[in-house]
Amino acid sequence: MSMLTDLLASLFGMALLNGEKTFWLPEQASTAAKNVDWIFMFIYWLSTFFFVLIVGLTILFVIRYRARPGHKEQPSPSHSTLLEVTWSVIPSILLFFIFYYGYKGFMDLVVPPSNSYEIGVTAQRWSWNFTYPDGYVSENLHVPVDRPIRLVMTSEDVIHSFFVPAFRVKRDIVPGRYNVTWFEATKPGSYQIFCAEYCGTGHSDMLAQVIVHDTGEFDRWLEESSGFLDKLAPAEAGELLYKQRGCKQCHTLDGTIKIGPSFKDSYGIDHVLTDGSTVLAEENYYRQSMLDPQSQIVAGFDPVMPTYKGRLKDKEVTAIIAFIKSLSPYGAVEAETETPTESEAQPETDSATDDLD
Amino acid sequence: MNGSDSTTTADSAAGYSSAQASSDNYLTHGKGIMSWLGTLDHKRIGVMYLGCILFSFFLGGIFALLIRTELLTPGKTIVDADQYNQLFTLHGAVMIFLFLIPGIPAALGNFALPLMLGAKDVAFPRLNLMSWYLWVIGAIFAVASIVMGGADTGWTFYTPYSTSTDTAVISMVTGAFILGFSSIFTGLNFLVTIHRLRPPGMTWFKMPLFLWGIYGTAVMQVLATPVLGITLLLLIVERTLGFGIFDPALGGDPVLFQHFFWFYSHPAVYIMVLPAMAIMSEIFSVFSRKHIFGYKFIAFSSIALAILSFLVWGHHMFTSGQSALANFVFSALTFSVSIPTAIKMFNWLATMYKGNIHLDTPMIYALTFMFTFGIGGLTGLFLGALATDIHLHDTYFIVAHFHYTMFGGTVIAFLAALHYWWPKMFGKMYDEKLGRIAAGLVFIGFNTTFFTQFIMGSQGMPRRYYHYLDEFTIYHQISTAGSYLMAIAFFLMLYYLVKSLVSGKPAPANPWGGNTLEWHMTSPPPYYNFKEAPHVGDPYDFSDLEWDEKTGGYVSKSGRGAS
Repeated sequence: MSMLTDLLASLFGMALLNGEKTFWLPEQASTAAKNVDWIFMFIYWLSTFFFVLIVGLTILFVIRYRARPGHKEQPSPSHSTLLEVTWSVIPSILLFFIFYYGYKGFMDLVVPPSNSYEIGVTAQRWSWNFTYPDGYVSENLHVPVDRPIRLVMTSEDVIHSFFVPAFRVKRDIVPGRYNVTWFEATKPGSYQIFCAEYCGTGHSDMLAQVIVHDTGEFDRWLEESSGFLDKLAPAEAGELLYKQRGCKQCHTLDGTIKIGPSFKDSYGIDHVLTDGSTVLAEENYYRQSMLDPQSQIVAGFDPVMPTYKGRLKDKEVTAIIAFIKSLSPYGAVEAETETPTESEAQPETDSATDDLD
Repeated sequence: MNGSDSTTTADSAAGYSSAQASSDNYLTHGKGIMSWLGTLDHKRIGVMYLGCILFSFFLGGIFALLIRTELLTPGKTIVDADQYNQLFTLHGAVMIFLFLIPGIPAALGNFALPLMLGAKDVAFPRLNLMSWYLWVIGAIFAVASIVMGGADTGWTFYTPYSTSTDTAVISMVTGAFILGFSSIFTGLNFLVTIHRLRPPGMTWFKMPLFLWGIYGTAVMQVLATPVLGITLLLLIVERTLGFGIFDPALGGDPVLFQHFFWFYSHPAVYIMVLPAMAIMSEIFSVFSRKHIFGYKFIAFSSIALAILSFLVWGHHMFTSGQSALANFVFSALTFSVSIPTAIKMFNWLATMYKGNIHLDTPMIYALTFMFTFGIGGLTGLFLGALATDIHLHDTYFIVAHFHYTMFGGTVIAFLAALHYWWPKMFGKMYDEKLGRIAAGLVFIGFNTTFFTQFIMGSQGMPRRYYHYLDEFTIYHQISTAGSYLMAIAFFLMLYYLVKSLVSGKPAPANPWGGNTLEWHMTSPPPYYNFKEAPHVGDPYDFSDLEWDEKTGGYVSKSGRGAS
């Protein structure tokens, strides 16, 4: 089937090769667009053929057999099983192809690649919130070009729908659950986001843009935008990160033990590790525990923590450490003077690239 | 068709007696308003329904014109956003619940079904009248929502919007709930009538195809509508008592509502379209003077559609987040629905082959149907295919598609049937020339209005948008121009139809040369329909009929006539 698919795709996608706006379809700006568009044009030409056939024959019959002096109806059979089977089976076969390619294209549209960059989407009447992995939230969606983006979407109120015509992507956003969609933008630029599910007075004003950045530029944009790390005191920023980045699922703040040790009164004391050694909980201990958690498992706990190497930036690591320190009588006083600067916090063992985010 | 003098040979041996008709027919049998409001005669109930649904069509049309006028400019034109949202809700709800669903079955079907079957009336005449009263009460509730603050949910009432908006949703939903019962009663009545009241000789395969279509419709009305009833009731309970059925804030599931709603509303699409197809089978045969081609295939395809229509509701929800497996199944089943439809189209086409095609107004509409419903059906392929539906869902492409099926299919067929049976219903001929002009204007206006919507839809214009981006302006303006043209056509139609009632030529018994039973009785039909069980023949064998210049209609060569 794949050779046939390629042939059909190139045949019906021909007019769309450069990805510009055509009479029927908007500009193509995602990897999915090409695939959706050739299926669209395939159905379009098939429909046109049958439409011309039906209407053409209708017109032909009306002209040839119209009532006029001297013309009478002529006998012809009023039943033919062969004909009935023919015009049932041939369309059925063609419909199967449409169904097959439609389904195949759909699976490509809904299954995100595993290496996707994840952005959270919160829709509410009548605005959008896009949450980046670093916790930064924006009103327009910023993405890097040529990189699969996975959107995890939910709604604060009624049903909305995320629709970007240039990407051929649409997914309803339902309150009380997460709906996922994905896309990979192929051209830097700015593209329209519509809310496609009716949501009341401001439905048609619930607009935003996808801003597709050049490779590298996106990270710079995000870094600059994510200024909350600079604007807030490190401990406050750390508390935000603690909540947003998944620390709180395992580490409590009140001393109770969940999956990992509590952060309360953790800083400045000696911890006994599973190998029997003792380690003083200071900055480097926490840093290593985040980037290489398996190296220092506190006695009594299971080695289940995933690494945050590449998922947390140095500033964030620092902020989280500042937050942990603020929860301990040993850290609270020292915190003012002993927060390591960025240059001091350069990783010693971190030779790996940040390919994990 | 082109006859001139008609009444002079009224008491001729053939028995097509319009003089007799004017002395005692269902219209003159009983005088005064109470003889109508308390009537049990299916023909009078049909006429009452017709008046009501035509008024609903007028009302829905006014809402449509207001919507189209507002959309002339990207910003505010005549109404504000909330009023706009109420307008499209009213347009949808009025057109669907008050006009399209009861349109052909309850109005024209009520009139024609017992006549075509050879029965004196429907099986349960009182239930028939009750269904009309329920329609009136439901319509009052639905329309009263306007003065109670107007519902703004869209005709689909999606939760949790419909449970959280502070507009008059309950009044509108109660209206739809009551209208549902009206529809169930009509369907039930027709089912029993077709099963129990067939005269001797009227076997299943001697039935005109219109009856097969109405039968399939009735099955859906009886089986699907209760689901809508309970869904709307649950919606009301959630709104008033705070039960958490659909609202996630109360522990419910909003997508459940969509499943329930479309479980009714997809069959409802076929409740609207199947009778339209049923009319086409009559008109193509009669106006081509040819036996219908593939009778059994058309009959069974009606039943196939009635069954398959229950299995495809999920195709309204491809983007809702339902599982890929569900989408797979619903997409596959959706394509299976197109086969029976294609079979019908090809059979009508084959019926015209070697015929003697008379281009009277009903046939003009039938030919329009081939064109517009052809586009409506074929554009469904884009929406049944999953990959393309994702892009097109909730855009103007959908709006255009369902108008090509609902208007290009059902309304066009309704107009065909209205012009086909008008002489039979009222005993008067309308101005044929104006009829053809109006049909032409409807064709041009309709395509101008809605074809542009396909283009803007596939370009990404979402539906139910009050504001729109500047790039879509030109499409909206062309579309609005088309809607004004249609309005002109409908006012022209109103003019010549009213004129025909006042000063139209008396209609012969059989102006088009149909061979179904209603054409073998006077126009308008006698009060009792048939004094004795009628002779039943092949409804599509026209060999016994010949044009009679004197009556301006067709008469039977063998002397078979009105009883």
